[in-house]
Amino acid sequence: MEEIITSGRMNLNIDPVLHVWHWQIPIYLFLGGLAAGILFFAALYTIMDKADKYPTAVKVAPILVPFALVVGLFALLLDLKHKLYFWQLYTNIKFESPMSWGAWTLMAVTPLSIVWVASYLKELIPSIELNSGRFSGVLKMILRPIDNAAQVNWEWKFTFLTDFENYVIKERKSIAWIMIVLALILGVYTGILLSAFNARPLWNTSILGPLFLVSGLSTAAAAIMLLSKNKDERILFSRIDIMLIIIELFFIIHMFMGFLASTEVQIEAANLFLGGAYTVPFWGLVVVLGLLVPALLEILELRGYHVPILAPAGLILLGGLIFRFIMVEAGQITRYLY
Amino acid sequence: MRYGMAIDTKKCVGCSDCVVACQTENNVPVGYCRDWIVENTAGTYPKLELEIRSERCNHCDNSPCVRCCPTGASHIIDGGIVVVTHVDCIGCGACIQSCPYDARYSHPEGYVDKCTFCHHRVENGQNPACVSVCPTHCMYFGDLDDPNSEISKMVSTRKWKVLAPEAGTKPQIFYLV
Repeated sequence: MEEIITSGRMNLNIDPVLHVWHWQIPIYLFLGGLAAGILFFAALYTIMDKADKYPTAVKVAPILVPFALVVGLFALLLDLKHKLYFWQLYTNIKFESPMSWGAWTLMAVTPLSIVWVASYLKELIPSIELNSGRFSGVLKMILRPIDNAAQVNWEWKFTFLTDFENYVIKERKSIAWIMIVLALILGVYTGILLSAFNARPLWNTSILGPLFLVSGLSTAAAAIMLLSKNKDERILFSRIDIMLIIIELFFIIHMFMGFLASTEVQIEAANLFLGGAYTVPFWGLVVVLGLLVPALLEILELRGYHVPILAPAGLILLGGLIFRFIMVEAGQITRYLY
Repeated sequence: MRYGMAIDTKKCVGCSDCVVACQTENNVPVGYCRDWIVENTAGTYPKLELEIRSERCNHCDNSPCVRCCPTGASHIIDGGIVVVTHVDCIGCGACIQSCPYDARYSHPEGYVDKCTFCHHRVENGQNPACVSVCPTHCMYFGDLDDPNSEISKMVSTRKWKVLAPEAGTKPQIFYLV
């Protein structure tokens, strides 16, 4: 029997249990993973010359990415306690700090994703009537400075924009190679951000990087399925998603096997999920509702049953979000005891 | 030069004088502290053993907080003292997550704060505030590289332990047992 009393220390968010990171971090981890996944698929099918066969993955779904990244980055900014000094991230490069890597990756990925989406605008939306429609006022305000005509035909006001657009369209495949690498770094980073902390035993496992990447890819496949109107594409991403779910389940089991075969603090961390406070939320909401049920629904659909696509896709997205909330919350209460 | 601290758990009575001295010396905001007292009771009644420790940042040799800091705000100065430069800190909390001792906290002004080994005093040849006020004289501060320093003698003649050595941080605060 051992009893440890810490007296006199009641630091906010540190005692009695650590709670430094709140909702902003899991929101970012979810949006970052989703964005990484969508960019990965867009780049992959561009490299494979299948942009026209799978237009949602390559052209439409990426429209979500800049929004996801901007909202995610805003969440990260809200999380900072010394906000006005955030620019310090971009006056330093620290090779040993995962957060520095992540910040610089985001700095590269966010503009790249905007360029990628913009290069498909002409193709997806050939023209916009500016003098009618519900959003005409807002659209005018945004587009007038860069587009000449009364009806937007994407004839850029400046020739350098036209030149740049042509260059991007011509070099799409090379850009896709850069994008696929950055997407993988971004996806793995969401996990590595947590796994780099030795002091939080639940996070301190190298499987977390691949696990978060696969989970991000799975949520991206779900988003593409939701947006796609093309049957072949939906079937393809259904199949991809089932495969990703199987890999994810394998990683989750692998993670707990690793914990249980490790030191006392990690066994305690695993026990939070194996009988402890997080057992029901994790196995019920994440594994059953977020992975097994959608996989079953997707299999049923591939077998020819009619399943509304919102059901499996929605469950996967929700499961991915809850998974990140649980990992961030639970990780902070695991610690070294001495 | 390698600063370290030795704390005699046989002499410490847990009076919290070190905590108050630190709060006063370093203008620690009300409700926060950079050092604290841990009372560790082990055994089953009536065979109980009590160990009292004054704890603070361990100024680790292999400091995870310095490694994970994305801006370099957390860094090591002369003598191996781990400090945070307030104007470089963005308050991301990575160092707080990385510390197995939970020795860091978010200062109400936003930056991360922690024990500095009172380096502003040490530079002038004084002891850290906590050491200088300890009524039982259970704390020793000094240069671990100097074999004739009081702390080196304590560490070489007494049995000691460090906290959570399995975390691999190589703490520089030694608890004499």
